[in-house]
Amino acid sequence: MKKDQYILGIETSCDETAASIVKNGHEIISNVVSSQIESHKRFGGVVPEVASRHHVEQITIVIEEALNQANMTPKDLDAVAVTEGPGLVGALLIGINAAKAFAFANGLPLVGVHHIAGHIYANALVQPMEFPLLALVVSGGHTELVLMKEDGQFELIGETRDDAAGEAYDKVARVLNLPYPGGPHIDRLANESDGAVPFPRAWLEEGSYDFSFSGLKSAVINYQHNAEQRGEEINPNHLAAGFQQSVIEVLTTKTLRAAREFNVKQVIAAGGVAANKGLRKVLEETFEKENIPFYVPPISLCTDNAAMIAAAGNSKFSAGKTGDMSMNGRPGLELNSWN
Amino acid sequence: MIWLGIDTSHTPLAVSIVKDDQVLAEYKSSLKITHSIGAMPAIEELLKKAEIEPHEIDAIAVAKGPGSYTGVRIGVTIGKTLAWTLNIPIVSVSSLQVLAGNAPYFPGIVCSIMDARRSNVFAGVYENGQVVKESHMSLVDLLKMLDESGNPVLFVGMDVKIHWEQIKEVLRDKVHQANAAFSLPSAAVLIELAKEQKATEAHTTVPKYLRVTEAEANWMKEQKKNGHE
Ligand SMILES: [Zn+2]
Repeated sequence: MKKDQYILGIETSCDETAASIVKNGHEIISNVVSSQIESHKRFGGVVPEVASRHHVEQITIVIEEALNQANMTPKDLDAVAVTEGPGLVGALLIGINAAKAFAFANGLPLVGVHHIAGHIYANALVQPMEFPLLALVVSGGHTELVLMKEDGQFELIGETRDDAAGEAYDKVARVLNLPYPGGPHIDRLANESDGAVPFPRAWLEEGSYDFSFSGLKSAVINYQHNAEQRGEEINPNHLAAGFQQSVIEVLTTKTLRAAREFNVKQVIAAGGVAANKGLRKVLEETFEKENIPFYVPPISLCTDNAAMIAAAGNSKFSAGKTGDMSMNGRPGLELNSWN
Repeated sequence: MIWLGIDTSHTPLAVSIVKDDQVLAEYKSSLKITHSIGAMPAIEELLKKAEIEPHEIDAIAVAKGPGSYTGVRIGVTIGKTLAWTLNIPIVSVSSLQVLAGNAPYFPGIVCSIMDARRSNVFAGVYENGQVVKESHMSLVDLLKMLDESGNPVLFVGMDVKIHWEQIKEVLRDKVHQANAAFSLPSAAVLIELAKEQKATEAHTTVPKYLRVTEAEANWMKEQKKNGHE
């Protein structure tokens, strides 16, 4: 029988300091997330330097808590996996240097994990991944369609050409004067709405799986601006619903088309925006009709966490791909296959 | 008693292993290699050469800043993580004091500086081994203060040469510049200073930036303007 494999995951790519221990790539033993959101709220967004300062204050506390909750010591671990990129470079460096020092002191192998691979592997913590698999990754920094023909293989088939979906959400939230982070507020306003402003859909050229949200964002801003000039009150529910419908329709339609073209066995959603209730509902309905299994992890595993890094790290470590003490933060890291 | 010292607070990288009162191995460079790439490999290599296993280290000394924000954080993160996981004490020492520690026998004021852009410096002023001042300030103010003291001053640090003309203009024949051999921080000096100072808990060991972030400074200004302090 194969020995159980325990991976310590560490994630500090943005504004969450997180550590987690995952067994065999799918069983969460402990999962600790220290969020800085309260600190960044006053600035209306994540301030990189402030984020880095918080990470260095929290990092060892969070790792210790992950070990304590798991009732484990470093000797029980098989490897340390850490987010290598993409993300805020100063923030990444805290997790990476803590991971290196920890791995070095305890004689453990080190595995660098791509943040998006992490988001995708969050699904492995919920149910086994089956290939070929299509992942829709939507977050504040990403909007991507990734095809996985096998474990550890990634093919980027579509990505945003301008704003990420989550970025568009934040900008529209600012138009509506909603508190940061605005995504959940727009989701709520849209779900309570009895109407919707018709906004355009950006399909791009035929057959493309790419996305674009800057036109939609401008349309929302213009709409608000014109209403203001005419002295009219805008209905925030209608505006939020119109915006959200446009985003969801484009994401769902393109995901469905790709799922059909590549004949996938599973469709999964990942990333912070996958926590959006409106998006989840439409995706679930669409793929139920299509008879393709669709999964989205619980909200706590959609937003940034270290269990997903440990899960992806487990696969990469099993493939024999380890890093060394010269590992650096790579803000623009590409999603490469490890199998 | 084996000490590991790490200073990544500025461009130079300094790592040292001191066993009892002997410097076993030391690494020092001012190459522009990112500390994230250079620091851990240097630690790994020095320990290997000294045939010391990580768990044989008894204490960590780390330079806590000021300096480059990212640089300081890399050293402190490595230091506190090692100290926490090896369950050994950590002592964090002012990076300016480490630099000034290169000139212990100078009769007068030792002033270590790091350039902080826009005519500002991080400056440490020491007299008879005592801290007179450690702060982020304009070079003009620093020179005025040193000039008024009337004492001879020795400047230390690799950024001294950037400002030397201006320094010389104000302090004239009262001022000296440490030569190249003493311009980079030494982690052995760091360890010697650490021996004299109190250890902190690894979890609460954090950098000393000597400056709030720009975002926080602006936010505080806003708060004041709006009347809630
Ligand atoms: Zn993320």
